[in-house]
Amino acid sequence: MKILHSWLNEFADFGNDVDAIADRITELGLAVESVDRVGTPVKGVVTAKVIRLEKHPDAAKVTRVYVDAGDGIERHVWCGATNMQAGDIVPLATLGTNMPDGRVITQRGILGIDSEGMLCSGTEIGLSSDGSGLLILPQGTALGLDVYEALGVDSDVVFDLDVTRNRPDCTGYLGVARDLAAGMGKRLVLPKVDQSAAGQSLTVPVAISAPERCSRFTVKVMSGISITQSPDWIARRLTRAGMRPINNVVDVSNLVNLELNQPNHAYDFESVKDGFIVRLAREGEQFTTLDSVERTLSSDDLLICNAQDKPVGIAGIMGGLDSEVTDATTSIAVEIAYFEPDAVRATSTRLALRTEASLRFERGVDPFGAEFAAARFAELLRITCPNLVVHSGATDARTDALHQQARTTEVRLNTIKRVLGIDVTAKALEDLISPIGFTVSNSADVGSVVVGIPSWRNDCNGEIDIVEEVARHYGYDNLGKIVPTSPVHGRLSDVQRRRRILREIVVSLGASEAMPNPFLAPGDLAKVGLSEENALKLANPLVAEESVLRTSLVPGMLKSIAYNQSHRIRDISLFEIGHVYPQGTEVLPDEYESLCIMVAGADASVAMDLWSQISSSLGVGAQLAQDQPPAGYHATRSAQLKRGKIVLGSVGEIDPTVLANAGIVGRVACVEVNLSVVLNDTPKPQIAQVISKYPSSDFDLAFVVSNSVSAATMVKALRQAGGNLLIDLALFDVYRGKGVSEDSRSLAYRLRLQAPDRTLTDVEVSDVRAKCIAAAEKLGATLRG
Amino acid sequence: MSSSSTLASEISQAQTEALSAIAGALDAAGLRSVQAELAGKKSALTVLRSQLGKIQDAEERKSAGQAIHACAQTIEAAIGERMALLLAGERAQQVASEAMDLSEFVTAKRRGSTHIVTQATQRLEDVFIGLGFQVAEGPEVETDFYNFEALNMPKTHPARSEFDTMFIEPASADQEPNSVLLRTHTSPVQIRVMQSWKPPIYAVMPGRVFRRDTPDATHMPVFHQIEGIVVDKGITFAHLAGIIEAFTKAFFGNEFTSRLRPSFFPFTEPSAEFDIRRANGAWIELGGCGMMHPNVLRAGGIDPDEYTGFAFGFGIDRMAKERHNVEDIREMYTNDLRFLRQFS
Repeated sequence: MKILHSWLNEFADFGNDVDAIADRITELGLAVESVDRVGTPVKGVVTAKVIRLEKHPDAAKVTRVYVDAGDGIERHVWCGATNMQAGDIVPLATLGTNMPDGRVITQRGILGIDSEGMLCSGTEIGLSSDGSGLLILPQGTALGLDVYEALGVDSDVVFDLDVTRNRPDCTGYLGVARDLAAGMGKRLVLPKVDQSAAGQSLTVPVAISAPERCSRFTVKVMSGISITQSPDWIARRLTRAGMRPINNVVDVSNLVNLELNQPNHAYDFESVKDGFIVRLAREGEQFTTLDSVERTLSSDDLLICNAQDKPVGIAGIMGGLDSEVTDATTSIAVEIAYFEPDAVRATSTRLALRTEASLRFERGVDPFGAEFAAARFAELLRITCPNLVVHSGATDARTDALHQQARTTEVRLNTIKRVLGIDVTAKALEDLISPIGFTVSNSADVGSVVVGIPSWRNDCNGEIDIVEEVARHYGYDNLGKIVPTSPVHGRLSDVQRRRRILREIVVSLGASEAMPNPFLAPGDLAKVGLSEENALKLANPLVAEESVLRTSLVPGMLKSIAYNQSHRIRDISLFEIGHVYPQGTEVLPDEYESLCIMVAGADASVAMDLWSQISSSLGVGAQLAQDQPPAGYHATRSAQLKRGKIVLGSVGEIDPTVLANAGIVGRVACVEVNLSVVLNDTPKPQIAQVISKYPSSDFDLAFVVSNSVSAATMVKALRQAGGNLLIDLALFDVYRGKGVSEDSRSLAYRLRLQAPDRTLTDVEVSDVRAKCIAAAEKLGATLRG
Repeated sequence: MSSSSTLASEISQAQTEALSAIAGALDAAGLRSVQAELAGKKSALTVLRSQLGKIQDAEERKSAGQAIHACAQTIEAAIGERMALLLAGERAQQVASEAMDLSEFVTAKRRGSTHIVTQATQRLEDVFIGLGFQVAEGPEVETDFYNFEALNMPKTHPARSEFDTMFIEPASADQEPNSVLLRTHTSPVQIRVMQSWKPPIYAVMPGRVFRRDTPDATHMPVFHQIEGIVVDKGITFAHLAGIIEAFTKAFFGNEFTSRLRPSFFPFTEPSAEFDIRRANGAWIELGGCGMMHPNVLRAGGIDPDEYTGFAFGFGIDRMAKERHNVEDIREMYTNDLRFLRQFS
């Protein structure tokens, strides 16, 4: 909402310290996004008339404009704007003009054709905040004059406010001024109104057939009108607010809207004198709005029609072409109504048509502001129409859906204390909120008051809404700052602590953390050997390539590996800890947290090494089910990690076909772990073993073992044979090649024996050695000499 | 007399010979063999010592014994001194001879890195843990109830449209459209925490959130937020302002300060935006906060007439982006190792 300083000052004496005003508005909750000075003259900008427009075949985006700056010479100017037409009077920055943004206007054009100056938007020369096109000056403005002089412009300040949804009153001057006057301790002066009703009684009948959607519809008839231009000050106000001056009636209508936050519509009386019908549109009904666009309506859209059932406007959004005020108009019917906010928003969204009216109706205007607004309309119109007659007999059609005018809520003073931490008496409460239109009266309950809510504050309904008003006007800064002493022990949960440990381990193992997109393209899962059947789909994805929710971290990680490979990055080792969302049987998916580590150019043994480090540092074990290779993995170089029937994860190499699909060169070692299971484990503390004081004995054993016997089987057999005396067993070498038959390999183990209570004799040591050899031989292994 | 003077000269001679042998040892090993020789059965001093018994005169014997002892001590001291000298020389030689270029090493395995968003999240968590908060988590795919309804945004609430929600296609025909969605904020976790914990609650909830935003330099459709709530008896707006201030100083530095200014969110009332101010006076908008709306407390199963609470929240990605001067937020999500490894 753009607020002009000069206009705002008409509502109270806010002074000229614009920064202080801006700060105060912000402190009251209407964030001032910018404070712009307008009307600081730019020397060299003169009024010029558009003579004709021409397109150049090689410059589609710009127009050649020929203008006359009052000296009768036709000047050629290139122009990027499109809102001008022949006859318009526009600002011309002549050659050599120093523009406020630092540019100096030169002759240089495009395509080798010079430009004799530049045509300006209101923003470019600080005359309005509308930069969407050229500033169009009122017809009849003399040519060749300094634009500022021609417009009689005073400099002014525009505050641009970010009006939050809970302040439906502050999309108008009165609402902002009311809050600010209260906030600055100034007296609010309401605008002057004309409440005369001199003419004959003229009542326009109104039939509302959708009472829930339109709870009030008032019509006031005014005659004695001659259509002219508005005086400069009105035109300038509108211009600076970003609106285009049209004629005295339309301009007044817009002024009343801006000033009192009361959208209204002036119809040519002749076109609606027989009455209005407010009804829902028929599905597919066509209507041409006054922007000359033909709109197709749905049966949820509300129409205002004349007595002949001919639509004259889309309720709360925009009027129609045919009932518009014309130069011939002498009488008007001013409609001021209340339309249901949600429905206006729905229609405005459906039609993609946002207007000054719709943005106010959809927040909720004051349903009881019609009379005042109509009187203000008359007051402002009388400036250009001294013979204005305001007719009595105004229509005021109301339906049962109309809000109660005097809404109240019970407020416990203790609630203010509990929420804001301050003691507020009934009197203090009244002092704080009566300046903004609330009333405070006694309640039957001790410690409570009854607060009357002004009709323009439809956002306020209950006690807590009043507490907020108190806080705003008491001042957030005055409520103090107390750091509460938490009675809770601040800490990470066990899962969170274990997650952090895990992350550190994985990082120390060389992997860097990636965050791939959790959205996949259709087919991405299939490409990595997974089903898409249990994947959730987005109903409204940004793009189709991001319409499937991942059920595995693998596709995203492979994309990251491929990306890094394609950028010739060496030693690619990445991990991700993130959620996956497979569909389950409940409303929400079986979402869980997963870890995926991938190392490019590494084989399954690297994956196993990673898993063993993770498993030992987190204290979680798993069986290695190599007979059940996980989907998408290399079938003979992978295993599921299982605990009974629960799958904890997968380990091994990615399937060569999957890698080829992903455009990855070389092997990729991969570990996936279901963290929702693993991090939830709480391993029991290790019980300390007594360290033997007696000497230990070491020996190595190397066996040739058939490939069909797994290393794990060998370890198990050696452990069993070694018994309690075997305190350490490590595989330290695997050899395939010369001297070992092709279907076998050599596995070399280092064993350490030790007794807790004595020094082992040579006989004991050789006995254990013999048992180990025997156990290995049972598996078909042969001891290497 | 003559025998005693003979003994004295023999002792003196033994000492002279011993000292010369010691001085003649050129390395520690040589000295060690000299030492062994001097302590041996055949050494002059041992021989002299064995002859002591032959001296009749007790007085004479005593003084001869003392002389031999003094001689032995002198020799021992000389060995010690010589040994120290020789060892020092040998070590110096060793050190000089085995010079190594320390820049000449091969890295076995390079440490990886955590993502800067993770780093920011952890730093934020740690600050709040220090203020007595626990850390809570929740699902990323949520129901309409937790994401909107429970947060005081019933079905037709206009604020809903501002969230640019991404919805999940209904799994079956009987599932209502748009009833399952990707959470647009971490606030659903507020409700889940209130439903499962008991006051006093001091919780922060970091996590991934989703909006239907086209990616640009400052926006991603997938990003991260952290949200905090405090629910207890006697919690007021001043406590909210206090926590924001304490956080500001702890996280950004003591020279920073904070302010709250009125704003609007459906789930809090009164609501505020919170800004932080640098030492140079510039204000930076950081996030939103407010006293929890009674309807939100009720949705969490908490009686608003007994308890009050506040909530606050802000984006994490921006913290990481600004801390590391990342120009374009999309860079943080390319997963380019050249980017990631900068921050290990």
